[in-house]
Amino acid sequence: MYSEKMINSMAKVAETRKSRIGADPARFTADEKSKLLAIYHPDFKEEAFSVLEVGANKGGKVPNELHDLLQGKSRMLGKEIDLEDVKYTSDVLVIGGGGSGASCALESFAAGCKVTMVTKLRIGDANTMMAEGGIQAADKENDSPAQHYLDAFGGGHFTNKPELLKMLVGDAPGALQWLNNLGVMFDKDENGVMATTAGGGTSRNRMHACADYSGAEIMRVLRDEVKNDGIEVVEFTSAIEILLDEKGNAAGAVLINMETGELMVAKAKCVVLCTGGAGRIHYQDFPTTNHYGATADGLVMAYRAGAELRDADAIQYHPTGVAFPAQMLGALVTEKVRSLGAMLVNVDGEAFMNPLECRDITSASIIRECSDKNKGIETPLGTAVWLDSPMIDMIHGEGTLLKKLPGMLRMYQKMGIDMREDPILIYPTLHYQNGGVDVNADSMSTLVNNLFVAGEAAGGVHGRNRLMGNSLLDVIVFGRNAGKCAAARAKETEMPSKLSIDHINKFDAAVKASGAEYKAVSPMLLPEYTNIKNKGTL
Amino acid sequence: MKEMVNIYVMGKLYSVPAGLTIMNAMEIAGYKHIRGCGCRAGFCGACATIYRIQGDNELHFALACQTAVADNMFIATIPFFPTQKAIYDINEVKPTEQIMMQLYPEIYSCIGCNACTKACPQSLNVMQYIAQAQRGDYATCAEESFDCVACGMCSNRCPAGISHPLVALLARRLNGKYIMPKSEHLEDRANAISNGEYLDALEAIAGKPLSEITELYNHREIEKK
Repeated sequence: MYSEKMINSMAKVAETRKSRIGADPARFTADEKSKLLAIYHPDFKEEAFSVLEVGANKGGKVPNELHDLLQGKSRMLGKEIDLEDVKYTSDVLVIGGGGSGASCALESFAAGCKVTMVTKLRIGDANTMMAEGGIQAADKENDSPAQHYLDAFGGGHFTNKPELLKMLVGDAPGALQWLNNLGVMFDKDENGVMATTAGGGTSRNRMHACADYSGAEIMRVLRDEVKNDGIEVVEFTSAIEILLDEKGNAAGAVLINMETGELMVAKAKCVVLCTGGAGRIHYQDFPTTNHYGATADGLVMAYRAGAELRDADAIQYHPTGVAFPAQMLGALVTEKVRSLGAMLVNVDGEAFMNPLECRDITSASIIRECSDKNKGIETPLGTAVWLDSPMIDMIHGEGTLLKKLPGMLRMYQKMGIDMREDPILIYPTLHYQNGGVDVNADSMSTLVNNLFVAGEAAGGVHGRNRLMGNSLLDVIVFGRNAGKCAAARAKETEMPSKLSIDHINKFDAAVKASGAEYKAVSPMLLPEYTNIKNKGTL
Repeated sequence: MKEMVNIYVMGKLYSVPAGLTIMNAMEIAGYKHIRGCGCRAGFCGACATIYRIQGDNELHFALACQTAVADNMFIATIPFFPTQKAIYDINEVKPTEQIMMQLYPEIYSCIGCNACTKACPQSLNVMQYIAQAQRGDYATCAEESFDCVACGMCSNRCPAGISHPLVALLARRLNGKYIMPKSEHLEDRANAISNGEYLDALEAIAGKPLSEITELYNHREIEKK
């Protein structure tokens, strides 16, 4: 399976391994970090971004692929639909069935609202399910929400929205307690003390986990609770546009049945977008860790409805995606592997950086190692560096990797690799949308009333770079916040009488007037991976 | 020239490059997934698949996103299987032996055939964790079943009609909420924050001018691993 060069390099890694145990390579200075990002991070590649001609962010730049979707052709154009023929009526319409959607639905329901959740695939088919590493909360003696704030604000290059970040860190212990009370099995010792580790950019060990199934464990409990509450969940049904009332407030959505293509109308007093990220758009042709439906649909719908985006040009590349073997290209190797002590090592067996720098810095440093420094290892599809996983059991004792990273171990075993014995080859992979729809402290769009946005689809919490363990926390804290705030708002809102898609027609006219051309139909709904040269119509 | 293998998707022959996962191979063959595809990383259980290699009697159970194609592989995807979920209030149920009897009585009809275990793509000992659930040993059942992705292959093969993933989920929730030790430090911290402690310090740091907070960040002490 391995090439001769790989085998030789692996021998060098094994040779230096013992001497690296206990070593703590120097961290980059602030100046070194800025230079690394500017030269090597994909966000700084100018030709990969274009300027928006239309909408609230007119004049701002976003990745080319997102530009074409935000200014894409609506699936509603040219379609006749009777907006009076309403299929679903609810106080709160939740769009998306991941961690934030489920948390939101539970809180709106608890506040006495009639809730409808629509989701493109199944409830739980979301990036939440795949979050392996953990969830941050300052619950230990030497830690505090203020310290958590400092880490996240610095990690976000001081661009986070303070009112959101304060809520994220302040509500974190309460969010974990909520999950624990629902029956989430966190890793803890016999006295109930939570097992916590460090993550890239954290100054305290505050990463809580459920082995390396953290997101999956949280998601399956939330999903079960949504079902116990009897909340209406409509699966394989995607929203394709937000509907507005005559005042321009969000008032529902046009839905499409993913299997039959039937269009339907949902009407609600408040709409919450919990539509997640955009990895499946494959910015700059990067592979991705994201689930199948992560296609930025929420950003597209919100943007057409008049919402403003922030930091939509700040993309997170996870430093450690699978680079070999090819069939798993881009799949996530959790940051917890580094938290547990595995080092990043080059072709000569040298640890070329401290393994616990922030994600953007680490990715940039790996890209430098594989390009200008020419110290990468050739793979069939590119270059890579080693992540020295056998260090974990050497540091923490035999059996640690099996206990703490069972999912990772199994994934590699299925590919014929035992990561306890041999290091693994990794390269940055498209992981997270740092920005999103601009929201206020009530999780409501700053420009469109009654349109709430939570989780990865919202921007501001993480600024331009998110820390590990803050996205699982984000979906819980802000899913719940959006659920409570939307419920409160719904109580003082009349059921909208008239629904409209005039904003779609106006957006269409504005695109045409700007001279920009349609390059895509959007929202994308699902990525296209089929490969048929001559395709007919059935 | 790439090495190619023959696969049969629901009995229909396609030639695809060797080394691909079943999921990628179906896409290369022209299938755009709507069902049967979720996280594409082995966590969500959407892509449960049964296959058999022509001429071999053994049935294999796999996740399409985690399994490479092989020559003469006959593939059937099982994107949905009807399981039965019991509705309960997590605050009302208690980790007693009776609770399984009330909510999932069918587990006591297990005939011990072990077909569930053989069908698990995660290599879990499914029959054993059901036995633990029968005995009310929810802590062990929770640990044994922890890596379950709820693909439903066990239920598909079960002659007693047991919904194994849902039984395991109940056991894990009981374990997480009632059996595992309480985390007092978490509760104390959450309560302290609700009482307004820690918030002044948080406001203070958030209110600092950028130059000061940058300085604090760049020189903050980092706890040893």
